[in-house]
Amino acid sequence: MAQTYRSQLVDPLIDNNPITLQVLGICSALAVTSSMQVALVMSIAVTLVTGFSSMFISMLRNQIPNSIRIIVQMVVIASLVILVDQILKAYAYEISKTLSVFVGLIITNCIVMGRAEAFAMKNPPVASFIDGVGNGLGYGLLLMVVSVFRELFGSGSLFGITILPTVNNGGWYVPNGMLLLPPSAFFVIGLLIWAVRTWKPGQVEEREYKIQTVEAH
Amino acid sequence: MEGLVSLAVKAVFVENLALSFFLGMCTFLAVSKKISTAMGLGISVMVVQAITVPANNLLLTKLLAPGALAWAGFPDVDLTFLGLISYIGVIAALVQILEMILDKYFPPLYNALGVYLPLITVNCAILGGSLFMVERSYDFAEAATYGISSGFGWALAITAMAGVREKLKYSDIPDGLQGLGITFITAGLMAMAFMSFSGVKL
Repeated sequence: MAQTYRSQLVDPLIDNNPITLQVLGICSALAVTSSMQVALVMSIAVTLVTGFSSMFISMLRNQIPNSIRIIVQMVVIASLVILVDQILKAYAYEISKTLSVFVGLIITNCIVMGRAEAFAMKNPPVASFIDGVGNGLGYGLLLMVVSVFRELFGSGSLFGITILPTVNNGGWYVPNGMLLLPPSAFFVIGLLIWAVRTWKPGQVEEREYKIQTVEAH
Repeated sequence: MEGLVSLAVKAVFVENLALSFFLGMCTFLAVSKKISTAMGLGISVMVVQAITVPANNLLLTKLLAPGALAWAGFPDVDLTFLGLISYIGVIAALVQILEMILDKYFPPLYNALGVYLPLITVNCAILGGSLFMVERSYDFAEAATYGISSGFGWALAITAMAGVREKLKYSDIPDGLQGLGITFITAGLMAMAFMSFSGVKL
């Protein structure tokens, strides 16, 4: 059993990453990655919410009538998110301002719902908790990678600490301002998906139309 | 009135929910393979958004805001922390009601939009619209305008995206970028194009 718990935790990191492969939870992945500190807080919040919501939903799974399960899941998730939101407002007010609506949007983050629906409804609490945490970590990992790119090359720092001194502050590095703007997140994730799929060709999607080469006469 | 028009233009172009706040991305990427389906989903989002944002605005000002319960004898009660759970409740309930009304009175419309309605409950664009409304403290008229126009902006973006993807499937794309990868990059280019509206002021 220990082996399966481990694989449940590790699988979603790369082999079955919720963002690059399952296309879940992309909204916030793009929006909060312009600085690492914010991305880290967001990853922790999502990991905790996914883990605990999976666990609670799994505990309730035999009591939830099938027809209203979405509402029940929503209530469990929303309560946890309110908890996270209140804690952030109390202890990290600046960050909670930067995250603005995106903390609330964890409710509709498809990773949380997706894991609840696909895994927690069929499995015991402990396994569901680990599955939730694993998927949260997979999400967090991608978020951190994207934000390293965006913060390092966009403003020359990591976690707010200057790594590449920028021209404005008397250094040599000319920051690439585009990386701080929203569209760059799309490019970074697109290229990351390319990199991951080149490394693991099993994840490549089938073409809808094959391109045929016709021999010239 | 002028304020409302500029708010609407801003919500459609400059602050497009899909392309500058990345809201509703999951469905944006998943359902943008064909123009007809994308348009159907876009219209449903617009309808739901136009109803839920003003509804949540009423909920906020009449029940949740500090002092809003004065009429019931609780002038000191501040229920704003219950916001998230009430908004999502309103959204889920309204979507369900809309589905039943369409089914009963407008069957052709139900057949066209029915499959997308359950998807909309978990679409972040809808909840995001309500949360932005709260954060920017819109009044009722502004909330109604913002609801319709932000929904329209989202519909516009997903339809345009579907148009690009329909052409794209005949292209010779590197294996690793096939599907999701190239879709992200296209969305990025579209977001850049939409950013050029940011200087527009009315």
